[in-house]
Amino acid sequence: MILAEITGNISSVGKGLVYGLAAIGPGIGIGLIAASAIDASARQPELAGQSRTTMFLGIAFTEALALFGFVLSFIIS
Amino acid sequence: MLLAAGNGLHIPTTEELFAWPTLGFGLNKVGLLYILAAVLSAIIWIVASRKQQLVPKGIQNLMEPLYTFIREQVVIEVMGNRPDALRYVPFLGTLFTFILFCNIFEVIPGINFPPTARMAGPAFLAIMVWFVFNVQGIISQGVGHYFKGILFPPGVPWPIYILLTPIELVSVFIVRPLTLAVRLFANLVAGNTLLAVFLIFTAYTFSQIWKDPSPLIAIFPFAFAGAVGMMGFEIFVAFIQAFIFTILTAVYVGESLHGH
Repeated sequence: MILAEITGNISSVGKGLVYGLAAIGPGIGIGLIAASAIDASARQPELAGQSRTTMFLGIAFTEALALFGFVLSFIIS
Repeated sequence: MLLAAGNGLHIPTTEELFAWPTLGFGLNKVGLLYILAAVLSAIIWIVASRKQQLVPKGIQNLMEPLYTFIREQVVIEVMGNRPDALRYVPFLGTLFTFILFCNIFEVIPGINFPPTARMAGPAFLAIMVWFVFNVQGIISQGVGHYFKGILFPPGVPWPIYILLTPIELVSVFIVRPLTLAVRLFANLVAGNTLLAVFLIFTAYTFSQIWKDPSPLIAIFPFAFAGAVGMMGFEIFVAFIQAFIFTILTAVYVGESLHGH
């Protein structure tokens, strides 16, 4: 007796996994960056502008890894 | 699953969403939007700077804070307050407005498509930035000193170079332009797909409420609110991506100016 049957292409599971796994690390990383930036601007409000710029830079570098996973999920077919 | 069962809800695939028919002369909607964005950003800067007044009026009022922002927050903050860095303010300002116009087409009704969600544009911009920071580095530091500064950064014991030099080579000359292009491209593809899914869902639930109101009346408000919220978020993303592209260009060119 067949209880459950899944039909379809196995590569769609791969697509989901690629992006999901690629998002874990950058998610944690961006959280740490934002936390540190808030910390810094709470301690030294006069440097808030500078730490915001640095925060965006850090987010941009970290986010790139997640976006590679995102693009890769389109390439997998 | 509830809705996809036979009622004709069709979420378009990525290929469908990003394919456009050609309009002739090798031009399609993407090319047309690029030309439009270039013309708009040229017009807005030219008109704003044509009759400069001490007390700004009209469009000069709009563009002066942007110019000040690029000059103070991007160039002076990142590249330093030096004459050779300040020469880059017009370049970075134009880059910012061009990318911003390209991105903002995503939420303009009737267009609803960011041309930067096709890889060609971001790739071209990234290659341009690659040439700019390399040529600027060679001009202001000399060929030997520029490449030595990147590949053999001073102040580390020599065995580290076995590990460090290949990493620096790949990260500066390959990963930099690649991430610059992919970041802009992937953010807008994701945003456009997300908007399309929410809007199709809203339209579908709205059209089905009249026929069979059973479960859809509960879902429709959430789909609608999600679509409106995503619109706002995408406007924010359009600004932030233009800003990030500009500031990363400033960082790369600034490193070429000063040395590593």
